[in-house]
Amino acid sequence: MGIIRILAPYLTLLRPNLVQNHQLIMARRLYASRTIGVDKNVWVEFTQLAADYKAVNLGQGFPDFSPPQFVQDAFCKAVSGGPQMHQYTRAFGHPRLVKSLAKFFSRVVGHEIDPFEDVLVTVGAYQALFCAFQALIDDGDEVIIVEPFFDCYQPMVLMAGGTAVYVPLRPKGGSSVLSSGDWVLSAEELASKITPRTKAIVINTPNNPLGKVYKVEELQMIADLCIKHDLLCFSDEVYEWLTYDGAKHVKIASLPGMWERTITVGSAGKTFSATGWKVGWAISSGKLIKHMKIIHQNSVYHCATAAQEAVSHGFDREYELFGTPESYFQQLPATLHQKRQKLASCLRSVGLQPVMPEGGYFMITDISSVNVDLNDESTKNESYDFRFVKWLIKEKGLATIPVSAFFSPEHSKEFDKYIRFCFVKEDSTLEAAEEILRKWSQKE
Amino acid sequence: MSYTRRILNAFGFTCRSFPTNCRRFCTSQSVMASRHTHAKRIEGLDKNVWVAFTSLAADPSIVNLGQGFPDIPPPSYVKDALAKAASVDRMNQYTRGFGHPSLVKALSQVYGKVYSRQVDPLKEILVTVGGYGSLFSTIQGLVDEGDEVIIVEPFFDCYVPMVRMAGAKPVLIPLRPKPGKKTVSSADWYLDPDELSAKFSSKTKAIIINTPNNPIGKVFTRGELQMIADLCIKHDTLCFSDEVYEWLVYKGHQHVKIATLPGMWDRTITIGSAGKTFSVTGWKLGWSIGPEHLIKHLQTVMQNTLYTCPTPLQEAVAQGLLLNYKLMGQPDCYFSSLAEELEGKRDHLAAILQEAGMSPVVPEGGYFMLVDVTPLNQDLSHMGDDEAYDYKFVKWMIKEKKLAAIPVTAFVGEESKEQFEKYIRLCFIKVDHKMSMGKNVPPFISFWFAAMETNLITF
Repeated sequence: MGIIRILAPYLTLLRPNLVQNHQLIMARRLYASRTIGVDKNVWVEFTQLAADYKAVNLGQGFPDFSPPQFVQDAFCKAVSGGPQMHQYTRAFGHPRLVKSLAKFFSRVVGHEIDPFEDVLVTVGAYQALFCAFQALIDDGDEVIIVEPFFDCYQPMVLMAGGTAVYVPLRPKGGSSVLSSGDWVLSAEELASKITPRTKAIVINTPNNPLGKVYKVEELQMIADLCIKHDLLCFSDEVYEWLTYDGAKHVKIASLPGMWERTITVGSAGKTFSATGWKVGWAISSGKLIKHMKIIHQNSVYHCATAAQEAVSHGFDREYELFGTPESYFQQLPATLHQKRQKLASCLRSVGLQPVMPEGGYFMITDISSVNVDLNDESTKNESYDFRFVKWLIKEKGLATIPVSAFFSPEHSKEFDKYIRFCFVKEDSTLEAAEEILRKWSQKE
Repeated sequence: MSYTRRILNAFGFTCRSFPTNCRRFCTSQSVMASRHTHAKRIEGLDKNVWVAFTSLAADPSIVNLGQGFPDIPPPSYVKDALAKAASVDRMNQYTRGFGHPSLVKALSQVYGKVYSRQVDPLKEILVTVGGYGSLFSTIQGLVDEGDEVIIVEPFFDCYVPMVRMAGAKPVLIPLRPKPGKKTVSSADWYLDPDELSAKFSSKTKAIIINTPNNPIGKVFTRGELQMIADLCIKHDTLCFSDEVYEWLVYKGHQHVKIATLPGMWDRTITIGSAGKTFSVTGWKLGWSIGPEHLIKHLQTVMQNTLYTCPTPLQEAVAQGLLLNYKLMGQPDCYFSSLAEELEGKRDHLAAILQEAGMSPVVPEGGYFMLVDVTPLNQDLSHMGDDEAYDYKFVKWMIKEKKLAAIPVTAFVGEESKEQFEKYIRLCFIKVDHKMSMGKNVPPFISFWFAAMETNLITF
């Protein structure tokens, strides 16, 4: 990729970029080279397809039920609040919100978090990740990404001029893996990927798409390597409250020696089932946050005020109710636990093999036992799971996401027999999916 | 690893190889320090005038005419639309990444009319996080390392750091006061055609213009824009036109879109803002409009930076746009009624400032006013030598007169500082004391204006 980058400007100078009505628009290349190789996006493609075929959508990860009443009320209150609710607030985070986040997470992490130095509020966790990569990854830096990974990590590394190095979670015990807990990182394999160029490692727990919730020993293993090789750790924890079967979410930043080298990313969208609010945050040592602030102040600068106010009230409520049955952070995982069971039994009943997630929004399913004739000419050259998902949308009206989209080019062939379902949906949506699957299996 | 770096490393030439070798001898503390270094792209970009002056002006006893946001309320129908949107389940979840469908359709309608051309809602519009986010995706998508970007001074302060963050070189050209004229209006500043022409080089990728201009308030005439357009076409460059104040144009002046000039649509990105259009800066929604072959690169940046903008806010802006689309050309259309309301405030502030002995520069558009403080002859030598006069003046004015403004040299490069250091910028989209009678307005604002009028506060 580096070679292409260097040669690209010279190659494109030699031919006109665009000719329209026989008139040259620009003789030189229009786009910046940082956009090379990052233009494809699986969501744009599959969201469109699901909409076109009006499919039952268990694809993209968002709830189809509403956020809890208390945050909706807080939002309405903010909207009808004083004029300052509709004007700029503090650029690095609405004061009320950063104070709520600092208070809430100080208790969770066991470390005093400074609301103004250690917290940056962003437009969703997505933008927090962007700030982290842009602020801290330079040309030539290597970034280790644990696969399967939320797809944006790779283009963000690339756009920052870095090189992505992949380490896969592998199912132990061969093909009969029943739980995301059975997918593990090899310590040796991870250590072997570290070079003098390695700047950071990106982990996601609970993991999207697998649902793995890293145990404390696994995080300790990663932490030991971070400390030994002096690496940064970007820890994407947007699904932190969604753990099932007693799995415990552990924050790698709370392990000894990790606070000052870890950026923890969180999301109000996933926390309060309001993905459309796009409020997220990064929490870390002020020494790292200050660099991210520079990216933030030169890219979006402020985030919307009213939504931040509402999220702040949400966290204050949860602070008081933490650990009690009234806490949304107890109730949501309990509800999702039941939906997870429902989807899993429905998939099993038609002969599919789901991998039970210990956490998160998603469940992956092994489709290798399914026999279908994927005779769609338009998808001939794509990987098996991409073809299968498109066939499932077009022929059965059910939308999912192909799992190889979450793997690197070098490993995607090994993992092209899985598709990803989102179970954070109304029971009626899950039932509609069940109906489609049942009809399909009965036909065979 | 890049090819170049591999070769250089082999010969031990890259300074990067030194920390690697040095690590064996260094203590773990200094190794940690070297690893947590920031990326080069943020070097020198940490200073920010807003961060500095917002905290100074945050004291509630200070009347803040500094930062550009309204303290007049937004129209009630946009707030109602937001509350309504948030009550719909689907509106609280992700929408289309490049712009909520109802919003891009509404933008396509409004701007289709304004541009007198079809604007494709899906391919020629990108919705972003404010005009700021629009500028960012434009520059990141289209400006490369080594490019030059011409920026007209005074400029909204983010243009230069954004261009530098993209690894490009800002080339500055100042607006100059017309020879022999006193600067009483923003129209008294102009761009010298020969000077501008000389700034174009083979490396020039784009020129950034802002009309109506922040901070001066200049509204570029058709003739001036044609002059810029001719140069863009001659030198085959892009044009990034920041038009966030497009509706705030005062009597006798007309906002002209450079993208409507012949040959310009295909090479121009035009930036707009819901925050400035509907007096809701805290909603942070904006848009880039341009030809598909340019917008698609901005969309690539969007999908790799924040992916999508908040849904309920986009829905509410869509409703606001549709409502005003129907009223376009009529007096109660917010696009024109806000300008009328502000014109009164503009004139009122100009009069007060003149009475106080300063020389206001009456803007043709926007909601800022420059004020020449030279006539006051305020001695600030006690404040040291290391800052421009206007920075010192504003700090002095905040402390002594409890009034906050923004120093204009924050909007210019080093070489132009002397030309602008006797000017400060005031924002007038604020409640005036006449409106304050009997309404819920912070008392100090009305007091300050009243005091100015009755000479209780003098300079």
